[in-house]
Amino acid sequence: MNTAMNSMQRTLTALGQQEPDRVPLFLLTTVHGAKELGLTIEEYFARADHVVEGQLRLLRKYQGDCLYAFYYASIETEAWGGTTLYSPDGPPLCGPPIICRAEQIDGLQPPAVQTAAGLNRVLETIRGLKARVGDTVPIIGVAISPFSLPIMQLGFDSYLELIYEQPNRFACLMRANVAFTVEWANAQLAAGATAICYFDPLSSTTNVPRELYLQTGWQIARQTLPRIHGPTATHLASGRCLSILDDVVATGTAVVGVSSLEDLAQLKAAAAGRVSLLGNLNGIEMRRWTPAQAEQQVRRAIAKAGSGGGFLLSDNHGEIPWAVPDDVLLAIREAVDRWGRYPLDWLDDWNDPRDPD
Amino acid sequence: MQPGSPVVDAQVPLFREALESLDRVGAERVLSAAQSVLTPLEAVERLVVPALTQIGDAWAEGCLALSQVYMSGRYCEELVEQFLPAGAPTRKHQPRSAIAVLADYHLLGKRIVYSVLRASGFELFDYGRLDVDELVERALGDQLDVLLVSVLILPSALRMRDVCARLKSARPGLRVIVGGAPFLFDDQLWREVGADAMGRSAADAVAFVARWTGEST
Repeated sequence: MNTAMNSMQRTLTALGQQEPDRVPLFLLTTVHGAKELGLTIEEYFARADHVVEGQLRLLRKYQGDCLYAFYYASIETEAWGGTTLYSPDGPPLCGPPIICRAEQIDGLQPPAVQTAAGLNRVLETIRGLKARVGDTVPIIGVAISPFSLPIMQLGFDSYLELIYEQPNRFACLMRANVAFTVEWANAQLAAGATAICYFDPLSSTTNVPRELYLQTGWQIARQTLPRIHGPTATHLASGRCLSILDDVVATGTAVVGVSSLEDLAQLKAAAAGRVSLLGNLNGIEMRRWTPAQAEQQVRRAIAKAGSGGGFLLSDNHGEIPWAVPDDVLLAIREAVDRWGRYPLDWLDDWNDPRDPD
Repeated sequence: MQPGSPVVDAQVPLFREALESLDRVGAERVLSAAQSVLTPLEAVERLVVPALTQIGDAWAEGCLALSQVYMSGRYCEELVEQFLPAGAPTRKHQPRSAIAVLADYHLLGKRIVYSVLRASGFELFDYGRLDVDELVERALGDQLDVLLVSVLILPSALRMRDVCARLKSARPGLRVIVGGAPFLFDDQLWREVGADAMGRSAADAVAFVARWTGEST
């Protein structure tokens, strides 16, 4: 039996491809903090102290192994002049694209992080969390990749056309976005974030073929990640990555967020100790799981990827939906306690009920 | 090539390959050759629809990327528009159809389905982005037979319950097809919200609309 560890020790041991006391649980809750404080989602995200308190309450309630400083994706496009749409029961969404004509890209300059009110709330949140937990719990910051950010800046269809049809303007946009992402990620690390989750859904093979990824998202990641002064986790936000896992590893990232669309055991084998995996519980189905189903899903994920460390249990998208009830999240927590303790001796007798044999 | 000849079917992989590799000129060449022996509508049904169906299925299986699906649909829409313009009498019997995105500005899925349906010979209204009340009002006002709705996130998918209930109550014959990430990750969700079908890809949407078109003629 391994000696009990705090969340930071547990996570660092797993990332070092060793077995800690148990599988780290990265329960990536955001809007649930508003429920805890009895606030609307818009009220909740309006003040940094709300999110600090919300995250700490969620940490106590679910006994996860990280604090998540992520607000919502469009807080980054707000810095570029974009807007955000709030709803009462879901994550704030990005408003209309801010780049409506391709010519706007020609003179595009990245906004300064210190002048963006939303980004500064996030930084204040990270400082507040760091003051409360020190180095005992990892604080995860988030930066949308320069390659994926234009989905919000231009709209997905216009951006795909730009990539294929206007390579010079694509390069111009990437220059501005790389500068922004590097400054934003480093500001979060300076504020106290332990690591940066580099959300890069467009690089998934769900969205672009590998050949295009190698010419675009991969090159951008190789330019950006070395300039971020701390560890990074690349998250494909539910997209597939098995066929590009070697390429993603070559960007220098420490962790890859993987999808429930792919088999965790295959992913673990492909990672081969070079990178850790984060995932891959289905956050959409999670809404209607019974506690018994939650336990079964947790057990299956640990069975497929837990051995030898290098695995952080999480959802597959990088954010637990608002509609997922407490009893499911608590059942996940309990299942990790029951089945995630190293050594995973129960594995010898375990057969996946989904396997045909 | 002769209508009904296997030679026409043999062009489908060539056409598909041109689309997947974003070779618009090559795709146009194959389609033009087919039109030397087929009517415009036959060319759509024998060449364009099978190729786009295969591309959509390949994406659902993880073998192709969304960018290829999108560009293929857009190219086909443009090519078909050249010889089978909107409103052409040779276009298919049209159920009154519309497509919309509920609640957010993530419009790619809608754009793909819209392009593929038009490239397959169907015409439909593009409502853009609407909220629940706007969508119900437009669908009833236009007396739709088919409504296709794309969503990005789970809360929007769950709002489809309200949309479907109100539409079915006011216009029982209207069929609703839903699509988007929440439905892909939970294959029970479309039934839960009261939709008539869920499209895993644009090809599914074409198949459903085609089937319902046949039922209504």
